[in-house]
Amino acid sequence: MTNEQLKEKVIAIVPNAEVKENKQYLIVTVPQNKLYTLAKTFKESEDTAFDYLFCLSGMDWGDSLGVVYHLESTKYHHCIVLKTKTTNRENPVLDTVCDLWKTAEFLEREVFDLFGINFKNHPDMRRIFLEENWQGYPLRKDYVDEINIVER
Amino acid sequence: MTVKLQIKNLEEQEYTINMGPQHPSTHGVLRLVVSLKGEIVKNVQPHCGYIHRGIEKMCEKLTYQQIIHLTDRLDYLSALISNEAVCIAVEEALEVEVPERVKYIRTIMDELTRIASHQLWWCSFGMDLGGLTCFFYGLRDREKILDIFEESIGGRLILSYYTPGGLMNDIHPNFKQRVKDFIKYFRKILPEYDQLLTGNVIMQERTKGIGLISKEDAISFGFTGPSGRGSGFSCDLRKQHPYGMYSKVDFKEVLYTEGDTFARYKVRIAEMWESMKIIEQLIDNIPEGPYSVKMKPIIKLPEGEYYQRVEGCRGEFGVYIESRGEKFPYRLKLRSPNFSNLSALNTLSKDQKIADLVAIGGSLDYIIPDIDR
Amino acid sequence: MPFNIYDFTSFTQWIDKSLYDSCTPFWAMIWEMSIIGVVFLAFYAVVGLYLVYAERKICGFIQCRVGPNRVGPYGFFQTIADLIKLLMKELIYIKNADKVLFNIAPFIVIITSFLAIAAIPFAKGLHAIDFDIGVFYLMAVSSMGVIGLLLAGWSSNNKYSLIGAMRSGAQIVSYELSVGLSLVTIVVLAGTMQLSQIVELQRDGWFIFKGHIPAFIAFIIFITAGIAETNRGPFDLAEAESELTAGYHTEYSGIKFAFFFLAEYMNMFIIASIAATVFWGGWMPLHFPGLENFNHFMDFIPPFIWYIGKTAVIIFIMMWFKWTFPRLRIDQLLNLEWKYLLPINLFNVLLMAFIVLKGWELF
Repeated sequence: MTNEQLKEKVIAIVPNAEVKENKQYLIVTVPQNKLYTLAKTFKESEDTAFDYLFCLSGMDWGDSLGVVYHLESTKYHHCIVLKTKTTNRENPVLDTVCDLWKTAEFLEREVFDLFGINFKNHPDMRRIFLEENWQGYPLRKDYVDEINIVER
Repeated sequence: MTVKLQIKNLEEQEYTINMGPQHPSTHGVLRLVVSLKGEIVKNVQPHCGYIHRGIEKMCEKLTYQQIIHLTDRLDYLSALISNEAVCIAVEEALEVEVPERVKYIRTIMDELTRIASHQLWWCSFGMDLGGLTCFFYGLRDREKILDIFEESIGGRLILSYYTPGGLMNDIHPNFKQRVKDFIKYFRKILPEYDQLLTGNVIMQERTKGIGLISKEDAISFGFTGPSGRGSGFSCDLRKQHPYGMYSKVDFKEVLYTEGDTFARYKVRIAEMWESMKIIEQLIDNIPEGPYSVKMKPIIKLPEGEYYQRVEGCRGEFGVYIESRGEKFPYRLKLRSPNFSNLSALNTLSKDQKIADLVAIGGSLDYIIPDIDR
Repeated sequence: MPFNIYDFTSFTQWIDKSLYDSCTPFWAMIWEMSIIGVVFLAFYAVVGLYLVYAERKICGFIQCRVGPNRVGPYGFFQTIADLIKLLMKELIYIKNADKVLFNIAPFIVIITSFLAIAAIPFAKGLHAIDFDIGVFYLMAVSSMGVIGLLLAGWSSNNKYSLIGAMRSGAQIVSYELSVGLSLVTIVVLAGTMQLSQIVELQRDGWFIFKGHIPAFIAFIIFITAGIAETNRGPFDLAEAESELTAGYHTEYSGIKFAFFFLAEYMNMFIIASIAATVFWGGWMPLHFPGLENFNHFMDFIPPFIWYIGKTAVIIFIMMWFKWTFPRLRIDQLLNLEWKYLLPINLFNVLLMAFIVLKGWELF
């Protein structure tokens, strides 16, 4: 499926999605409540079949926190990038996609660990790299650690 | 009545053992909390983070040339391939075309890295199964590749050879001859690996039908690299999204559909043959020319986001850079193959024996610094 | 008889007689026991140390490396240096271990291996005691070592150790059957359990040649099961370095660990000795009926050399196994015993009995 067709499909499911295109991928930004629906449709419908989530990255865009999903279809070899964000920095909650792609279980735990984004319906939301009693979320831009981070 | 209750309680109790962080077969500081019932593994919970260094955070304060050196510290056995991901990402972003010579050398070096990595995997896999002799055979041959690296690059393990725009320095005049000698030597020696381990009845009994994962699960878990290809998941990025010289050389994507430990084993052995084939096609045709494009000392990527995927020795390695036009990346995410492969460990080793858990771990070939980053 | 020059019977009898002549029977017995004890202790230490050395050199050879080569010529004193190191190391006491059992376990392991050498005939007349149930005694004693392993694993209060101990229990109990039955095959052929008699009967040909095919099968089974009994690779599940760190002796250090270590090598030596004695004629030189000159020439090689040589060959085979094969899994190990070795063995005993009844003789 070409990027144009994908774009139409996105608009059909989420009319208010922001669609951008760069050299590599089609980048779609969707509101947080629509992400799961879009992801589920994309994974399950026959003509898109995005069955391979090859990257899931947490993001701190300053004013908002978000997650970027890189998807590929192993059948058609087309790719898409989904983005979603939440402006709630105190208690950010997004929908989990780990029932769609099993790899998301660990990747979302990583995002939770380093960005503090909570994923709704995730079976095992614990920190994965840092200790359970670690204060703060290190990959956020406003994270301060006076001992270990030396500003030059 | 009370006695009965107690017995029942004992049966329900889980026998939990900690494998790691110090354990001979976790290949580093990985901790697996294993629930057992007798010898049978009921549940495996990996606990990572013992070697978490916050590389992604560090990258946000480093220039792109400096980041190269940190990528070596991820999957130290495929150091050059990780370097290449960042280099290509930067080059694509700046729309720099690297000379042909660089592409040739990079591809040859990548494949040498892959052979060296698979050799070390073979050593440690043999050792996980209890055949200690494999370890010395594999290391003996790996040494020859490391010598080649040392001569041209200067380093043996942490290489940092590629820079955005080309290479750190040109290859040594002996390089071509030594690579050719190595290929000649290794073509003779690789069948020895099969004689020692592949054909062994005990080895086959211990690996066939163990650690099964279906193709659907493999895709869902992002189970890439040789491990994924053992389940029939066609995920070789050298074929799917070629970079470097891979689109111009003739090689086969090794696929097995059994999805067990033995299939993953065979994929890796076959990949060593394929890698040798690739090197042989390239080594005689390295064009003359500059080994690097002149780049500014401080690279500023234009605003935007860039993603580069390369085929590491253990699976898909990816770099996701979001730039805001500064000399540092705004955010740099490293997609580590081992982390995704590890997430499948529980599925793979459910209801297998402890010995199988070790064999499965060996066949996944995880590198802990890459998991923890 | 030419090999009377190497007959130790008169020598041992002379010692016995002079002791009983010079003091009361009680003290004579005490003296005799202490002499034998000291001799065996020295023998045990030397054999243990040099088996360790041999294993390192052989494994180095198999793995394309040199092996120990710094301490003394060709690293000959390396194991002695290691022993000194082990003696000087701190003994770590585990807080939650069962102290009594924890301390007793290494001794049980080493004593059982010690007991077994007593019955082995090293040369004609050179043995501590010649039971008329020698084979039976050896089997009984060598199977007791597992108690030590079980106790070690249980008392360490370590989960890895416990798994290792349970594995070794299951393993030794099963493989004991095969070892026993393969020896029974030869007992059927020989008609005696006395080891000196068994050796004597092999004067005109070793049992492995004389015993038709069943003896050969029995030999192979005995070697396989013997390796399993000594907990050596590819049957080293109880230790299983890559799975259980060190299995039953994870928590032991210093000299106690050295006991386990030494006992392993001594058990290997004992299994090899039994195999050499029962199948390859022990100290008996290689004889073929009809080749008088050849037999006569063979007689000039001292029986002790014959004995050590045969044992060494079998030990080499066992080491070769260990450094070539990967480890088995516990279920495969038990399958091998109960589904293959045991039925073959039972059939083999029947076959041997049939052959003996029919009186078929090769030569």
